[in-house]
Amino acid sequence: MPINYYIFLSVALFCIGVAGVLTRRNAIIIFMCIELMLNAVNLLLVAFSKMHYHALSATTPNAGIDGQLFVFFIMVVAAAEVSVGLAIIVMMYRNTHSIDVNFLNRLKH
Amino acid sequence: MGTTQVLFWFLSILALLGAILVVTSKNPVHSVLWLIVVFVAISGHYILLNAQFLAIVNLIVYAGAIMVLFLFVFMLMNLNSETEPQKNRWLKIAGVVTGGALLLVLVAALKEADLKTQVEMGRGDSGLINNLGMVLFHDYVVPFEISSVLFLSAMVGVVVIGRKTPEERVGAIGDQKYGG
Repeated sequence: MPINYYIFLSVALFCIGVAGVLTRRNAIIIFMCIELMLNAVNLLLVAFSKMHYHALSATTPNAGIDGQLFVFFIMVVAAAEVSVGLAIIVMMYRNTHSIDVNFLNRLKH
Repeated sequence: MGTTQVLFWFLSILALLGAILVVTSKNPVHSVLWLIVVFVAISGHYILLNAQFLAIVNLIVYAGAIMVLFLFVFMLMNLNSETEPQKNRWLKIAGVVTGGALLLVLVAALKEADLKTQVEMGRGDSGLINNLGMVLFHDYVVPFEISSVLFLSAMVGVVVIGRKTPEERVGAIGDQKYGG
Protein backbone atom coordinates (compact mmCIF):
# COMPACT_ATOMS: atom_id res chain seq x y z
CA MET A 1 0.00 0.00 0.00
CA PRO A 2 1.33 3.44 -0.79
CA ILE A 3 1.72 5.73 2.20
CA ASN A 4 -0.53 8.33 0.50
CA TYR A 5 -3.64 6.28 1.20
CA TYR A 6 -2.92 6.18 4.90
CA ILE A 7 -2.16 9.89 4.96
CA PHE A 8 -5.45 10.75 3.26
CA LEU A 9 -7.44 8.38 5.47
CA SER A 10 -5.94 9.90 8.61
CA VAL A 11 -6.47 13.44 7.35
CA ALA A 12 -10.12 12.66 6.58
CA LEU A 13 -10.69 11.16 10.05
CA PHE A 14 -8.98 14.12 11.68
CA CYS A 15 -11.08 16.63 9.74
CA ILE A 16 -14.29 14.81 10.64
CA GLY A 17 -13.20 15.14 14.25
CA VAL A 18 -12.53 18.86 13.83
CA ALA A 19 -15.94 19.38 12.20
CA GLY A 20 -17.57 17.46 15.04
CA VAL A 21 -15.89 19.59 17.70
CA LEU A 22 -17.08 22.73 15.90
CA THR A 23 -20.66 21.65 15.22
CA ARG A 24 -21.75 19.76 18.32
CA ARG A 25 -22.69 21.39 21.63
CA ASN A 26 -22.82 18.26 23.76
CA ALA A 27 -19.66 18.24 25.87
CA ILE A 28 -19.27 14.45 25.79
CA ILE A 29 -19.65 14.29 21.99
CA ILE A 30 -16.97 16.96 21.70
CA PHE A 31 -14.79 14.81 23.91
CA MET A 32 -15.42 11.79 21.70
CA CYS A 33 -14.46 13.78 18.61
CA ILE A 34 -11.16 14.60 20.31
CA GLU A 35 -10.62 10.86 20.81
CA LEU A 36 -11.33 10.39 17.11
CA MET A 37 -8.63 12.93 16.22
CA LEU A 38 -6.15 11.21 18.55
CA ASN A 39 -6.85 7.90 16.84
CA ALA A 40 -6.34 9.37 13.38
CA VAL A 41 -2.91 10.54 14.49
CA ASN A 42 -2.16 7.12 15.99
CA LEU A 43 -3.02 5.40 12.72
CA LEU A 44 -0.73 7.72 10.79
CA LEU A 45 2.12 7.13 13.26
CA VAL A 46 1.83 3.37 12.84
CA ALA A 47 1.71 3.73 9.05
CA PHE A 48 4.86 5.88 9.08
CA SER A 49 6.51 3.36 11.40
CA LYS A 50 5.89 0.59 8.90
CA MET A 51 7.04 2.84 6.05
CA HIS A 52 10.29 3.37 7.89
CA TYR A 53 10.54 -0.36 8.44
CA HIS A 54 10.04 -0.99 4.72
CA ALA A 55 12.88 1.37 3.88
CA LEU A 56 15.39 0.31 6.52
CA SER A 57 14.60 -3.26 7.48
CA ALA A 58 17.57 -4.62 5.51
CA THR A 59 20.11 -2.95 7.79
CA THR A 60 18.30 -2.46 11.11
CA PRO A 61 15.79 -5.14 12.14
CA ASN A 62 13.90 -2.88 14.55
CA ALA A 63 13.55 0.16 12.29
CA GLY A 64 10.49 2.26 12.99
CA ILE A 65 9.66 0.67 16.32
CA ASP A 66 9.80 4.05 18.06
CA GLY A 67 6.65 5.18 16.26
CA GLN A 68 4.68 2.31 17.70
CA LEU A 69 5.96 3.09 21.18
CA PHE A 70 4.84 6.69 20.75
CA VAL A 71 1.38 5.37 19.92
CA PHE A 72 1.49 3.32 23.11
CA PHE A 73 2.34 6.40 25.17
CA ILE A 74 -0.37 8.41 23.42
CA MET A 75 -2.88 5.75 24.48
CA VAL A 76 -1.59 5.96 28.08
CA VAL A 77 -1.98 9.73 28.17
CA ALA A 78 -5.40 9.52 26.49
CA ALA A 79 -6.67 7.12 29.13
CA ALA A 80 -5.64 9.50 31.93
CA GLU A 81 -7.08 12.44 30.00
CA VAL A 82 -10.44 10.74 29.52
CA SER A 83 -10.81 9.95 33.20
CA VAL A 84 -10.07 13.52 34.29
CA GLY A 85 -12.21 15.04 31.51
CA LEU A 86 -15.23 12.88 32.28
CA ALA A 87 -14.91 13.78 35.98
CA ILE A 88 -14.97 17.46 35.02
CA ILE A 89 -18.03 16.90 32.80
CA VAL A 90 -19.86 15.06 35.60
CA MET A 91 -19.10 17.91 38.00
CA MET A 92 -20.35 20.40 35.41
CA TYR A 93 -23.57 18.40 35.01
CA ARG A 94 -24.02 18.37 38.76
CA ASN A 95 -23.72 22.13 38.95
CA THR A 96 -25.68 23.20 35.86
CA HIS A 97 -27.86 20.11 35.11
CA SER A 98 -26.80 20.31 31.49
CA ILE A 99 -23.80 19.36 29.41
CA ASP A 100 -24.31 22.09 26.86
CA VAL A 101 -21.01 23.89 26.42
CA ASN A 102 -22.89 27.13 25.72
CA PHE A 103 -23.64 27.38 29.44
CA LEU A 104 -19.95 27.47 30.23
CA ASN A 105 -19.57 31.17 29.49
CA ARG A 106 -19.41 32.46 33.03
CA LEU A 107 -15.86 33.70 32.59
CA LYS A 108 -17.33 36.40 30.33
CA HIS A 109 -19.28 38.00 33.17
CA MET B 1 -6.75 -6.69 -6.13
CA GLY B 2 -5.55 -8.92 -3.36
CA THR B 3 -7.08 -9.67 -0.02
CA THR B 4 -5.02 -6.98 1.67
CA GLN B 5 -6.33 -4.28 -0.66
CA VAL B 6 -9.92 -5.40 -0.23
CA LEU B 7 -9.53 -5.38 3.54
CA PHE B 8 -7.85 -1.98 3.45
CA TRP B 9 -10.67 -0.36 1.50
CA PHE B 10 -13.36 -2.08 3.57
CA LEU B 11 -11.80 -0.94 6.86
CA SER B 12 -11.21 2.58 5.53
CA ILE B 13 -14.81 2.98 4.41
CA LEU B 14 -16.03 1.52 7.71
CA ALA B 15 -13.87 3.96 9.68
CA LEU B 16 -14.98 7.00 7.67
CA LEU B 17 -18.66 6.01 7.76
CA GLY B 18 -18.49 5.42 11.51
CA ALA B 19 -16.74 8.73 12.08
CA ILE B 20 -19.38 10.63 10.11
CA LEU B 21 -22.16 8.87 12.04
CA VAL B 22 -20.45 9.70 15.37
CA VAL B 23 -20.76 13.37 14.50
CA THR B 24 -24.25 13.28 12.99
CA SER B 25 -26.12 10.93 15.36
CA LYS B 26 -28.80 12.64 17.41
CA ASN B 27 -28.75 10.05 20.17
CA PRO B 28 -25.49 10.26 22.17
CA VAL B 29 -25.50 6.52 22.91
CA HIS B 30 -25.53 5.80 19.17
CA SER B 31 -22.52 8.10 18.85
CA VAL B 32 -20.65 6.03 21.43
CA LEU B 33 -21.52 2.80 19.60
CA TRP B 34 -20.38 4.20 16.25
CA LEU B 35 -17.15 5.35 17.86
CA ILE B 36 -16.58 1.76 18.97
CA VAL B 37 -17.04 0.72 15.30
CA VAL B 38 -14.39 3.28 14.30
CA PHE B 39 -11.97 1.95 16.89
CA VAL B 40 -12.52 -1.64 15.76
CA ALA B 41 -11.82 -0.56 12.16
CA ILE B 42 -8.64 1.19 13.24
CA SER B 43 -7.60 -1.94 15.13
CA GLY B 44 -8.12 -3.87 11.91
CA HIS B 45 -5.81 -1.43 10.19
CA TYR B 46 -3.18 -2.09 12.87
CA ILE B 47 -3.48 -5.83 12.26
CA LEU B 48 -3.09 -5.25 8.51
CA LEU B 49 0.08 -3.29 9.30
CA ASN B 50 1.29 -6.18 11.47
CA ALA B 51 1.20 -4.16 14.68
CA GLN B 52 -0.60 -6.77 16.73
CA PHE B 53 0.26 -5.40 20.14
CA LEU B 54 -1.18 -1.98 19.33
CA ALA B 55 -4.27 -3.60 17.80
CA ILE B 56 -4.99 -5.50 21.01
CA VAL B 57 -4.20 -2.52 23.23
CA ASN B 58 -6.46 -0.34 21.09
CA LEU B 59 -9.30 -2.81 21.42
CA ILE B 60 -8.87 -3.32 25.17
CA VAL B 61 -8.12 0.25 26.24
CA TYR B 62 -10.16 2.30 23.78
CA ALA B 63 -13.04 0.13 22.64
CA GLY B 64 -13.19 -1.64 25.98
CA ALA B 65 -12.35 0.65 28.87
CA ILE B 66 -12.72 4.20 27.62
CA MET B 67 -15.97 3.65 25.72
CA VAL B 68 -17.51 1.83 28.69
CA LEU B 69 -16.58 4.87 30.78
CA PHE B 70 -18.37 7.12 28.27
CA LEU B 71 -21.44 4.88 28.32
CA PHE B 72 -21.54 4.89 32.11
CA VAL B 73 -21.38 8.67 32.20
CA PHE B 74 -24.25 8.84 29.71
CA MET B 75 -26.29 6.46 31.85
CA LEU B 76 -25.61 8.51 34.98
CA MET B 77 -26.80 11.70 33.33
CA ASN B 78 -30.23 10.56 32.14
CA LEU B 79 -30.05 12.46 28.88
CA ASN B 80 -32.66 12.17 26.16
CA SER B 81 -33.44 13.91 22.91
CA GLU B 82 -35.22 16.84 24.60
CA THR B 83 -32.15 17.74 26.61
CA GLU B 84 -29.95 17.52 23.51
CA PRO B 85 -28.69 21.06 23.14
CA GLN B 86 -29.79 22.76 19.95
CA LYS B 87 -27.83 25.39 18.18
CA ASN B 88 -27.95 27.79 15.34
CA ARG B 89 -28.07 26.20 11.89
CA TRP B 90 -25.62 28.72 10.47
CA LEU B 91 -23.07 27.86 13.15
CA LYS B 92 -23.40 24.20 12.17
CA ILE B 93 -22.84 25.03 8.51
CA ALA B 94 -19.85 27.17 9.48
CA GLY B 95 -18.36 24.27 11.45
CA VAL B 96 -18.77 21.83 8.58
CA VAL B 97 -17.32 24.34 6.12
CA THR B 98 -14.34 24.90 8.41
CA GLY B 99 -13.64 21.19 8.71
CA GLY B 100 -14.02 20.76 4.95
CA ALA B 101 -11.66 23.67 4.32
CA LEU B 102 -9.04 22.06 6.56
CA LEU B 103 -9.47 18.80 4.67
CA LEU B 104 -9.18 20.60 1.35
CA VAL B 105 -6.00 22.43 2.36
CA LEU B 106 -4.30 19.31 3.72
CA VAL B 107 -5.24 17.17 0.73
CA ALA B 108 -4.18 19.87 -1.73
CA ALA B 109 -0.86 20.26 0.07
CA LEU B 110 -0.17 16.52 0.14
CA LYS B 111 -1.58 15.58 -3.26
CA GLU B 112 1.43 16.73 -5.22
CA ALA B 113 3.92 15.39 -2.71
CA ASP B 114 6.18 12.82 -4.29
CA LEU B 115 5.60 9.98 -1.87
CA LYS B 116 6.37 6.82 -3.75
CA THR B 117 7.17 5.04 -0.53
CA GLN B 118 5.32 1.87 0.23
CA VAL B 119 4.07 0.73 3.60
CA GLU B 120 5.09 -2.73 4.68
CA MET B 121 1.93 -4.81 4.98
CA GLY B 122 1.70 -8.05 6.90
CA ARG B 123 5.42 -8.59 7.21
CA GLY B 124 8.08 -7.71 9.74
CA ASP B 125 8.00 -8.47 13.43
CA SER B 126 8.70 -4.98 14.79
CA GLY B 127 5.14 -4.73 16.07
CA LEU B 128 5.19 -7.93 18.07
CA ILE B 129 5.02 -7.72 21.83
CA ASN B 130 8.46 -9.27 22.30
CA ASN B 131 10.33 -6.59 20.33
CA LEU B 132 8.17 -3.74 21.62
CA GLY B 133 8.70 -4.90 25.18
CA MET B 134 12.45 -5.11 24.76
CA VAL B 135 12.62 -1.54 23.44
CA LEU B 136 10.10 -0.26 25.98
CA PHE B 137 11.99 -1.60 28.98
CA HIS B 138 15.44 -0.72 27.68
CA ASP B 139 15.22 2.65 25.96
CA TYR B 140 11.90 4.01 27.22
CA VAL B 141 11.87 2.82 30.80
CA VAL B 142 11.99 6.35 32.27
CA PRO B 143 8.92 7.61 30.33
CA PHE B 144 7.19 4.37 31.26
CA GLU B 145 7.73 5.04 34.95
CA ILE B 146 6.74 8.68 34.56
CA SER B 147 3.47 7.56 33.00
CA SER B 148 2.69 5.68 36.19
CA VAL B 149 3.07 8.96 38.10
CA LEU B 150 0.74 10.52 35.52
CA PHE B 151 -1.87 7.85 36.21
CA LEU B 152 -1.55 8.34 39.96
CA SER B 153 -2.02 12.09 39.62
CA ALA B 154 -4.99 11.55 37.28
CA MET B 155 -6.57 9.22 39.83
CA VAL B 156 -6.08 11.70 42.66
CA GLY B 157 -7.41 14.48 40.42
CA VAL B 158 -10.55 12.54 39.56
CA VAL B 159 -11.27 11.86 43.22
CA VAL B 160 -10.73 15.51 44.15
CA ILE B 161 -12.88 16.79 41.27
CA GLY B 162 -15.67 14.26 41.72
CA ARG B 163 -15.95 14.70 45.47
CA LYS B 164 -18.99 16.52 46.76
CA THR B 165 -18.46 19.74 48.64
CA PRO B 166 -19.34 19.69 52.38
CA GLU B 167 -22.51 21.77 51.83
CA GLU B 168 -23.75 19.37 49.16
CA ARG B 169 -23.04 16.43 51.40
CA VAL B 170 -25.00 17.97 54.30
CA GLY B 171 -27.86 18.67 51.88
CA ALA B 172 -27.85 15.11 50.62
CA ILE B 173 -28.00 13.69 54.15
CA GLY B 174 -30.82 16.07 55.00
CA ASP B 175 -32.76 14.98 51.92
CA GLN B 176 -32.24 11.41 52.87
CA LYS B 177 -33.50 11.94 56.40
CA TYR B 178 -36.38 14.29 55.80
CA GLY B 179 -37.13 13.95 52.15
CA GLY B 180 -39.27 11.58 50.33
